[in-house]
Amino acid sequence: MNIIVCIKQVPDTNEAKIDPVRGTLIREGLPSIINPDDRNALEEALRIKDEMEGVKVTAISMGPPQAEIALVEALAMGADEAILLTDRALAGSDTLATSTALSAVIRYIGDFDLIFCGRQAIDGETAHVGPQIAEHLNIPQITCVEELKIEGRRVIAKRALEDGYFIVEAEMPLLLTAAKELNQPRYPSIKGIFEGFKGDRIKIVSPNDVNCDVTTVGLEGSPTRVVETFPPPIKSRDLEMLEGSPAEQARQLLQRLREEKIV
Amino acid sequence: MAVKENILAHKGVWVFAEQREGNLLNVGLELLGEGRKIADKLGVELTAVLLGHRIEALAGRLIKYGADRVIYAEHELLATYTTDAYTGVICELINERKPEIMLLGATSTGRDLAPRISARIHTGLTADCTKLDLDLENRRLIQTLPTFGDNLMATIITPNHRPQMATVRPGVMERAPYDEKREGIIEKIKPELSQEHIRARVVKTIKGGKAQVKLEEAKIIVSGGRGVKGPEGFKLIKELAEKLGGVVGASRAAVDEGWIDKAHLVGQTGKTVRPDLYIACGISGAIQHLAGMKESKCIVAINKDKNAPIFKIADYGIVGDLYEIIPALISELDNTKNN
Amino acid sequence: MDFLLTREQEMVRTVMRKFAENEVKPIAAEIDESGRFPRETVKKMARYNMLGIPFPKEYGGAGGDDISYVIAVEEISKVCAATGVILSAHTSLASWPIYKYGTEEQKQKYLVPLAKGEKLGAFALTEPNAGTDAAAQQTTAVLKGDNYMLNGRKIFVTNGGQADIYIVFAMTDRSRKHKGISAFIVEKDFPGFSIGKIENKMGIRASATTELILEDCVVPRENILGKEGEGFKIAMASLDGGRIGIAAQALGIAEGAFEETVKYVKEREQFGKPLAKFQGLQWMIADMATDIEAAKLLVYKAAMHKQKGLSYTKEAAMAKLFAANTAMDVTTKCVQLHGGYGYIKDYPVERMMRDAKITEIYEGTSQVMQMVIAANILR
Repeated sequence: MNIIVCIKQVPDTNEAKIDPVRGTLIREGLPSIINPDDRNALEEALRIKDEMEGVKVTAISMGPPQAEIALVEALAMGADEAILLTDRALAGSDTLATSTALSAVIRYIGDFDLIFCGRQAIDGETAHVGPQIAEHLNIPQITCVEELKIEGRRVIAKRALEDGYFIVEAEMPLLLTAAKELNQPRYPSIKGIFEGFKGDRIKIVSPNDVNCDVTTVGLEGSPTRVVETFPPPIKSRDLEMLEGSPAEQARQLLQRLREEKIV
Repeated sequence: MAVKENILAHKGVWVFAEQREGNLLNVGLELLGEGRKIADKLGVELTAVLLGHRIEALAGRLIKYGADRVIYAEHELLATYTTDAYTGVICELINERKPEIMLLGATSTGRDLAPRISARIHTGLTADCTKLDLDLENRRLIQTLPTFGDNLMATIITPNHRPQMATVRPGVMERAPYDEKREGIIEKIKPELSQEHIRARVVKTIKGGKAQVKLEEAKIIVSGGRGVKGPEGFKLIKELAEKLGGVVGASRAAVDEGWIDKAHLVGQTGKTVRPDLYIACGISGAIQHLAGMKESKCIVAINKDKNAPIFKIADYGIVGDLYEIIPALISELDNTKNN
Repeated sequence: MDFLLTREQEMVRTVMRKFAENEVKPIAAEIDESGRFPRETVKKMARYNMLGIPFPKEYGGAGGDDISYVIAVEEISKVCAATGVILSAHTSLASWPIYKYGTEEQKQKYLVPLAKGEKLGAFALTEPNAGTDAAAQQTTAVLKGDNYMLNGRKIFVTNGGQADIYIVFAMTDRSRKHKGISAFIVEKDFPGFSIGKIENKMGIRASATTELILEDCVVPRENILGKEGEGFKIAMASLDGGRIGIAAQALGIAEGAFEETVKYVKEREQFGKPLAKFQGLQWMIADMATDIEAAKLLVYKAAMHKQKGLSYTKEAAMAKLFAANTAMDVTTKCVQLHGGYGYIKDYPVERMMRDAKITEIYEGTSQVMQMVIAANILR
């Protein structure tokens, strides 16, 4: 069985600081990490590899040359192969363009039974790329998977809803997006780190190499444009004491919280 | 310009009115409220797209909530959401009728469906918008959304592709008032669908059964401290937390007294949390506790002692007995829900 | 000259930090309080090759380097010094001497499972009357047929009782004094081997520190490490490396306490402003940061010497002397900056200050480090 896992290198948003004047992210000193949900995606692929015979896991990513580090980490966790799609022409890709580019890499690999993506990335938080890849490849998708079972060619997944679950069945080939609840990702092994950096374990490809029309990717191939970014309005912590009877206090509080869209 | 012509060929605002088990989700009504404003400014029709089985009655309600037209796709295979069936039906409609804007709720369904549609139609999509504006001159939807772990807001447009698609965060937009007298067109269509179209099949629906949300990931936390006075009080705390869709936290004092398990501990020796709402009940606000929750977006303090340090970092303060305030909050929540 | 870590070392740091945060930190206070040895952590470290970092893959190791090993001890010790010393004693004092002095058979039989983390290792040199004066060994080993019979008592054995494989030192020829000491690889299941008292310590309480009792302990002849009489040399060489590990542990403790304190002084307000705004306290912060940086350079330099095959006795001693001193000084100041809160167990600096003290004592006291440094300069 061939499993492809899509991985995105993202800035660690937990450490993010925003330039208060320009309203942009201060990227300097911000650690780059494998997107957390993508780790769950990779873990699930590796779990299947651990439990079944003849499973090959290929990690793919699109990004600047430095994104290679994320793939080394994927190898150190146990992926068999890794491919990085990198080119200046890809810069500025929105989710649709990204999915187009990654689909080209997947077609280039050719043989696959399962594709795993993380549910969403912590930077863009769109959850678009998985379903968009599935659409480009014309295969079914199951998103936000919290539990997974494989029976021959059939996949049975527990897909999370707001207030419960769907149990969804589909045949391979198929794309799944992993929720955090799906598993507990392993760490890269120390041995894997030293092996991952050796030689040319990561295959670097350009859009040309994977038959990807550069006009369909990058800024040119992106239907959306970011007009501006700005810091969220800072709410000052001014204490407001709510007076009156308990019922009045309760009513006032809920009114305030509703106004602020908190409840 | 060719692009311009292409854009002008698209007219109308569409809203996906999601139903589950024959009930409309609130977010669909909220989108109608917002969609109504946008459609009026553009001078176009507002259309609700409803997919399901034997739910005619819902179509009428969508008119009353502001839609000019409802396209109701009726099929037994549309009763429950599946990616394949819904994507197919909606994409055919879009290709046929060419709306300029399509809004969906950022629900588990909307976020599964919207990207699939956008890829098939080849148009731009934004995720989880919290604000929509209009650039009337260019007929552009100005979409604003939080990004980078809520550290940054981004404004995004889809200049040259139509429809402009967005998923919108539930609970953010105002729904339009229900207008009994409103009239509109209900178009019922019967798409051709068969089981083979649906490659990922929903074989079972499970209600509830969600694992307890982790404290660190909870959006709402109701916490109790020494002022809760005993394990009984935590039942009250829990009731409020559940009503708000949140989880229960606790201060060191309450954990040490054995009123609640250590897993709920917030603070220096427990979990560090950053929820949207933190309600501290009977918690004085020792520095150990503050260290674990002071980054919460909104802090509500309920305490008998008006000098309690917790009030120093709170946004809203209530001086009073939590045994009176919490029941009042619970009944207030019940009241508004019933209306 | 290059002060930058390699990409491998950077990634080892990232992974170790995450591992420490997620797997070690959450139980650090609990295992300190109870003195419980964290078997589960040892198992997890084994899974990721953290127990064999500097050894080649063919011997079950990670194929890493000494700096990476130092980084691992440092990162673990930032959150739990007890777990740090479990790793350090296992790697530097038990596995390394077999790697360096063992026969191929010994390496296959003992180093491979140690480096893989299937077995845990310990080092037994100190005796009630042979502490700093390690040459005054009273444990004896007498060859009888194909076996050595070991008799004596070892104390302060790190990982004692938890380890499977022990490097034990004993006199094979008392007349030759320290040149009559030999080293043995002893399995915990050998007849005549038992664990005595388990020490109740001030700090690093979750690490096991025990007495080891050898009563006609039967050790196969082939388990002698090196030749007869080479034991003291092996012990001293192992301790040179061990000191780099302890220096890394001390560095980690200082960094861990410092990070907690930086967070605290920004949060804690007195007189209407955060402690961080008081200039007198800023000076303390600046001094601590500078000492930590200096300690780090010494520790990494010693590891670099070892990695490059240069002599590192003096460098290791300097690193340990300075890092241990820094750990004690920094943790004391960190407790001070926490005020009363620093003295209670709600804040980890209380534990860190207790943990720091041992780094000035074990694997050679600070005074021994000074002796070693001076001897290297004045010889």
